[in-house]
Amino acid sequence: MTDSVQDNRAEITAGQEARLTRIWNSPPGWRYWSAVNNTEVGRWYTVVTFAFFLFAVVLALLMRTQLAVPENDFLSAQTYNQVMTMHGSVMMFLFAVPIFEAFSILILPQMLGARDLPFPRLSAYGFWCFLIGGVFVCGSLFFGVAPAGGWFMYPPLTTAYQDGLGSDIWLLGLSFIEIASIAAAVELIVGVLKTRPPGMRINLMPLYAWYILVVGGMILFAFPPLIAGDLLFELERAFDWPFFDSTRGGDPLLWQHLFWIFGHPEVYIIFLPAIALVAMIVPTAAQRPIVGYGWIVLAAVGTGFLSFGLWVHHMFTTGMPAISLAFFSAASEAVAIPTGVQIFCFLATILAGRFAPSVPMLFVSGALAIFILGGLTGVMVAIAPFDFQAHDSYFIVAHLHYVLIGGMLFPVAAGIYYFYPMVVGKQLSERLGRIVFWVMFIGFNIAFLPMHFTGLLGMPRRVYTYAAGIGFDTLNLVSSIGAFIFASGLALLFYDTLRPRRNQPYSPRNPWNAGTLEWLGEMPAKSWGVRSIPLIKSRYPLWDQPNLMRDVDEGRCYLPDAEEGKRETLITSTIDARPAQCLRVPNSTFKSFWAAVFTGGLFIFATYAWYTVALISAALAFVTILIWLWTDTAVIPEKPNKDIGLGVSVPLYASGSASVGWWAMFITMVADMTAFASLVFGYFFFWTVHTDFPPNPAPGPGLFWPVLSAALVLAAWGLTLLARRYNRQDRAHGFYLALTLAILFTLGGTLALLAGPYLSDLEPTSNVYPATVWVLVVWGTLHLALGLVMQVYCLARRLAGRMTAEHDIDMQNVGLYWHFLAITVAVTAAVIGGFPEVA
Amino acid sequence: MTKPHEHDDRAPAARWHSLWLLTVGPTIWALHFLIAYCTAAVWCAKVVGRDGSLDGLRSIIGILTLVALAGIVLTGWFGYRQHSFGDDSSTHSEASSGDRHRFLGFSTLLLCGLSFVATAYVALSVVFIGTCQ
Repeated sequence: MTDSVQDNRAEITAGQEARLTRIWNSPPGWRYWSAVNNTEVGRWYTVVTFAFFLFAVVLALLMRTQLAVPENDFLSAQTYNQVMTMHGSVMMFLFAVPIFEAFSILILPQMLGARDLPFPRLSAYGFWCFLIGGVFVCGSLFFGVAPAGGWFMYPPLTTAYQDGLGSDIWLLGLSFIEIASIAAAVELIVGVLKTRPPGMRINLMPLYAWYILVVGGMILFAFPPLIAGDLLFELERAFDWPFFDSTRGGDPLLWQHLFWIFGHPEVYIIFLPAIALVAMIVPTAAQRPIVGYGWIVLAAVGTGFLSFGLWVHHMFTTGMPAISLAFFSAASEAVAIPTGVQIFCFLATILAGRFAPSVPMLFVSGALAIFILGGLTGVMVAIAPFDFQAHDSYFIVAHLHYVLIGGMLFPVAAGIYYFYPMVVGKQLSERLGRIVFWVMFIGFNIAFLPMHFTGLLGMPRRVYTYAAGIGFDTLNLVSSIGAFIFASGLALLFYDTLRPRRNQPYSPRNPWNAGTLEWLGEMPAKSWGVRSIPLIKSRYPLWDQPNLMRDVDEGRCYLPDAEEGKRETLITSTIDARPAQCLRVPNSTFKSFWAAVFTGGLFIFATYAWYTVALISAALAFVTILIWLWTDTAVIPEKPNKDIGLGVSVPLYASGSASVGWWAMFITMVADMTAFASLVFGYFFFWTVHTDFPPNPAPGPGLFWPVLSAALVLAAWGLTLLARRYNRQDRAHGFYLALTLAILFTLGGTLALLAGPYLSDLEPTSNVYPATVWVLVVWGTLHLALGLVMQVYCLARRLAGRMTAEHDIDMQNVGLYWHFLAITVAVTAAVIGGFPEVA
Repeated sequence: MTKPHEHDDRAPAARWHSLWLLTVGPTIWALHFLIAYCTAAVWCAKVVGRDGSLDGLRSIIGILTLVALAGIVLTGWFGYRQHSFGDDSSTHSEASSGDRHRFLGFSTLLLCGLSFVATAYVALSVVFIGTCQ
């Protein structure tokens, strides 16, 4: 009798596993590249990111070769500028930020016991955008047309003194990649908030998830100002709108503000996810829970906020009033507090636990040592008078490399050693790992420690050579030798990760005896992730919940099967992680790939000013994305609820704030509003720096057209919300009527918005005032056009029977978009129409 | 395995505001920072000029700082009360609504402490600097 029950059980389990394998496996052959699940996309993302990293390392070695001896002619000044610019840009935009996105896409779902993140196709789209944009930007170096203005592209150098495509490649190529970052932020924030396993309340989340949540939020406020800045910059380069041209009222400092409002938080966007890896590695090494979980959450959230009050410390020498500098100096000192808190928590955990030395911990120790030195020089340069002396010298180069390599590269190396078995199923060499660490650690310090002194002796950064006999020679030679030692450590690391290991046995399961869920997986990992999704009762479930692994493996937990042949994962409530929905996630497709290719076309062709082709490419991207949305999103399920096991039944469809799509829209629009706020900031920035901005009397756009536009758009907003309500009440006629009227009002509002500056003959190239008015109007118009498409889309969805009273995700999300649109247009009207009246 | 949360119905409910409360302290810091920076910029650019004195601005920022600090202290007090709910467990690591509630309260309190210090730092700027130069 018992035997037959067991046989039966084994048969059920085998059937479940077969179904899970069938639906989660990647397609064979060339169609493999259509995969969208997090394990594949995460792996590609990681590999490509490291390829760009290696490229930037080679550029660094070229620079160090040039600087090894005085008056060297290994690289010409022009080539050196390109190499230097590309080294910084690639390291920041193509390695430091994307590596966190890559790692997170790869490990976050495992950490949360989820089968996938909520928007796999969005991840794939982000990845392809990143790859295309990255190859485009890096490729420019081989044609001698790479950007050469430094990684922050200051005008007027890049607008008035550098012809050629370099700056356009930088602006458009990297703007394109920023899309990938925002896509990743949406994916990861919703992932952390909604795809946690049942029972993983917010006080039980792995610290990694906390950090990712904070960093995702930071991206929403940090990247959009740069996108707005890029827009202004490209409008100046392509169409001669004079935002940064002082002869026509522009101001190069505006770019510096927008760049560093992005640039400084970006340092923490890079640092926090890396330190998140440390927060996972340290408790495992100490074999005890982290000391001060709440304090680390304080550090993560606190750093996230304070990092936005630091940007002007990159601009201490621009001649701003001392009082402005003082505010930023104060905030720069304050951010040292939370940064220090987390380091003390790590040290306390190590002291309180049983410290087991391992290669990941070696890298963590090295990271902390290097980062603390970089942090201390950071406290020094946060003091304005010291910064006046050290600004633009090699002291800064030393400082930033100590911060970034200690705060990012060493933790990432620790993460590679730690997570390698989880991803590949096999361990890296312990012996080689120790050698790699010491070579890297020693090489790094030989390379960068002397730069502090070279800087204090007065060597400016970014020079392609220097004269002999003024005290720079020996220090530079030592730095160059150190750089090559450091690079050989990296080479060893890559050799170990890439060498074939066919004969090496698989690693034991949970090789580090860690306590968190990502180590639940089998070796080698299965395509489905976890066999069934467990109920979590602890921060370290593998330590504290006996038999968890067995229960999961035997399919005794949630979602052990894929009966309907669909990819599914569990959505839970945000704070207490109660099961809320079974989310069907999409399967492999090339649609994300093509959408990225066409989006890439828009940016790449625009670089060469081939605007017709760029617009055709944009139209193709638009159509591809529409097809993607129409066929694959908000799909009405075949039944309302699904039994997910253990007697729990949850809905298969949720709309409004219960749906993940609503959250994605909300998050995207927060980023969008930040970009808009940056443009408005530009308007008021010009107001503070000029006595005649807006000119008196203002040449346009007058009060009438902006106010009319705002009135029409607000009416369209009200009608859209009415349509949403009618749809929910299943009053079809009311819905169609309200939405049709809303469409007409939207059209009217758009035309009225354009009429203001158009009818008053504002010429954007003549002066910065008309240009600033026009850029706000263009921004509003593009958003209204998108709002119009959404209205038509909802009309069509209901007509096609793909949206009903109950299944109204589309209409709910469009309603949400329209809230933001109404604010955008109302503020635009108030600024361009109202402010000249009161200024 | 048991059903999630079945023994936990009398505990404090999961409310959005307890999560958002975390961000109130730092948001007050951010607003204080932004208003202080913008007011100073406008003060020096439009009111007294680059050689002008910060005297009037000092009072404005002084009042602003008092309001901000009061807001932070109040938020911290809410956090403290939330943290003191029921039987305290200092690590907040239990799978219960009570610990979740206390954890969010504790984190709110800590963030208010940090925001208080950071706001005071920013306010000190106008104590030490007297002109727009």
